[in-house]
Amino acid sequence: MAVASRSIPASLVRSGADRRRALIDRLFRSLALLAAVICVIPLFLIVAYVVINGIGALNLDLLTKAPRALGVGGGAEAAILGSIQMVALASLMAIPAGILAAVYVSEFSHRRSATVIRFSADVLVGIPSILMGIFVFTFLVLPFHQYNAFAGSVALAFLMVPIIMRTTEEMLRLVPGDLREASFALGVPTWRTVLSVVLRTGLPGILTGVMLAVARAAGETAPLLFTALGSRLVNVGDWSKPMDALPIFVYTNARQPIAALNEQAWGAALLLLMFVLTINILVRARTWSVRSR
Amino acid sequence: MKEIPEMAIESLDRAGETAAVASPNGQSPSDQQSVARYAGAPGSPLATAPTSVATGAMEVQALNVYYSAFRAVRDVSLPITPQSVTALIGPSGCGKSTFLRTLNRMHEVIPGARVEGTVTLDGVDVYDPRIDPVQLRRVIGMVFQRPNPFPTMSIYDNVVAGLRLTGRHSKASLDGVVERSLQRAALWNEVKDKLRQSGVSLSGGQQQRLCIARALAVDPEVILMDEPCSALDPVATLKIEELISDLRDRYTIVIVTHNMQQASRVSDQTAFFTMGDDRAGYLVEMGPTKEMFTSPKDQLTEDYVSGRFG
Repeated sequence: MAVASRSIPASLVRSGADRRRALIDRLFRSLALLAAVICVIPLFLIVAYVVINGIGALNLDLLTKAPRALGVGGGAEAAILGSIQMVALASLMAIPAGILAAVYVSEFSHRRSATVIRFSADVLVGIPSILMGIFVFTFLVLPFHQYNAFAGSVALAFLMVPIIMRTTEEMLRLVPGDLREASFALGVPTWRTVLSVVLRTGLPGILTGVMLAVARAAGETAPLLFTALGSRLVNVGDWSKPMDALPIFVYTNARQPIAALNEQAWGAALLLLMFVLTINILVRARTWSVRSR
Repeated sequence: MKEIPEMAIESLDRAGETAAVASPNGQSPSDQQSVARYAGAPGSPLATAPTSVATGAMEVQALNVYYSAFRAVRDVSLPITPQSVTALIGPSGCGKSTFLRTLNRMHEVIPGARVEGTVTLDGVDVYDPRIDPVQLRRVIGMVFQRPNPFPTMSIYDNVVAGLRLTGRHSKASLDGVVERSLQRAALWNEVKDKLRQSGVSLSGGQQQRLCIARALAVDPEVILMDEPCSALDPVATLKIEELISDLRDRYTIVIVTHNMQQASRVSDQTAFFTMGDDRAGYLVEMGPTKEMFTSPKDQLTEDYVSGRFG
C-alpha cells in the first residue's frame, strides 16, 4: 500500500441522499424480480395442477378405448384420432398457403400491397377464434345442415394460415439480400433462388412457425364447436360427419356431473398439455441451438 | 478451361435464327454464336470455343443509369479489354458500383433502376430484348463486397451451387468442377479435406475466395468484382489480389475499388469516375493504369490519385 490516504473531498463522501437512492434502487429491483416470478408462476401452477389431477386418469383405456355410447367409461380414442385427423388436414391446407403467401409478400409484392397483406394477417391472428368457427359454420355447415369434420379442419386452417404466414415472412426477411444477389449473379432463375436459397436458408425458422401453428390448432376448442361439433363415435375418415377432438372432449366431459367423466377430462387435458408443451420445448430448443451456433 | 460438356446444346436452327435477327444491329457474323448463347442456349459454345480466341471483350457506349427519376450515371463510354483487369476508381457515390452492375444487368434487381445506352459483350448488345438476363449472368459473373457464401450449404455445394441451381450438371463431373474451381481460386489446399463443412465456417478471406470459386464454377467469361476486399484484412486482401493476377489470363475482370494502391497493383486499365454537380457519376478519364497514376491527363484525376480529394 504505497498510496497515501489523503482526506476524501467532501463532495465524494456518501451522503444521506445517496443512501436513499441505493435503497430505492434495491426496492425497485426487488419489485421487478417479483413481477418476473409472477409471470412464470402460472405456467408451473397449470402444469402441476393438470399433472396431479390428470396423471391418475392417463391410462391405456383413455388412449385406446372409444367412449361408451351410453353411461360412463371407455376412453378418448375418438377425440385423439379426431384431433390428429383434423389438425393434419388443416396443416395440409394451411402450411402451403401460409408459406406461399409469405413468399409472395417478402419476395414479389410491392411495398404497399405487402403492408396491406401483413396488416391483414396480423388482424386475423388477433380475431377471436370462435368467430372463425361461426364464419366457417355459415358456409360449410349451414348449407349442408350437418356439422362436419371438414368444416372443423377448415376453421383450424383459417387459424393457422396467418400465424404461418407471419412467422415465415419474418424469417424470409431475415435472409440477407446478399444471398439473393449471389444467386442471381450465378444466373440462377428467381423461382430457383426463392426455393433453394431463400426458403432453404429460412427453413429452421419456418418450421418453428409451422410447429407453433400446429400446437395452437391442436389446442383450440372454439373453432370446432360450431363445425366439427364433437362426437362420441370414433370417426376415421368420414369428413362429412361430426368428429371429436381433445379440447372438445375436455370441454364436454368436464361439464358432466359425474366424477368418472371429470376424471377423463383431466386425463385428456394432460394429454393435450403434453403435446403442446413438447412442441413448444422442441421449438425453443431448436431456436436456442440455432442462435448459439 | 471451357469444359462443362454435359450442358445441353440448343438446336442449331434456333441459334442461327437468333443470330440472323441479331445481325441487323450491326454485329459481325462471328458473333452469332454468342448471341445464341445469351438468348437462351445453355452455354454450348463454352464447350467448343477454343481457348486461344480472346472472348469477353466489352464495350460501353453512352450509358446512362437512372434510379426512377434520379440519374446515377451519366454518359459513360469505355472499352473493357478482354483477359485483363480493368479497375474502376473514384470517390464514394460516384456510381462505380452502379455502373458495374449494369454490365451484367444486376441493377435490374433494384426496382426503378433502368439504363439508356448500349453495353456489348463480344459485339452482342446485352440489353437486346431477346437476351435473358439470367443467361447473361452465367457468362458475366459477379463477386460482392461482403463474402456471401450460402450458409446452408457445404463448401462443396457452394462451389457447384451455380451449376446445380441452374440444372446444368451431371454428378460425375461435379467433383472435377469443384477441384478445378477451388484450385483456380487458390483455396483448394486449404479446404480439400473439409469440403463437407459449412461454407460459413471459413475465415472472411477464405469465404471470399470461395465466392470467387463459386463464380468461376459456372465458367464465365467476365467477372465483375465489387470492392471484393473491402471487408477483408490486409493478409486476406493480398491473397485476393494475387488471385486476381492469376485469373487475368483466363478471364476479363472488372474490379471496383476504393483503394488506389490496389488499383495500381492489380489492374491493367484504370477508369476514374467522379460525381458531377447533379450528383450523377461520370467517367473522367480512362487509360493504362501506369499512365493514370503517373501522368494523368485530367487535373481531377491527378488530384484524386495523389490523394488531394476523395
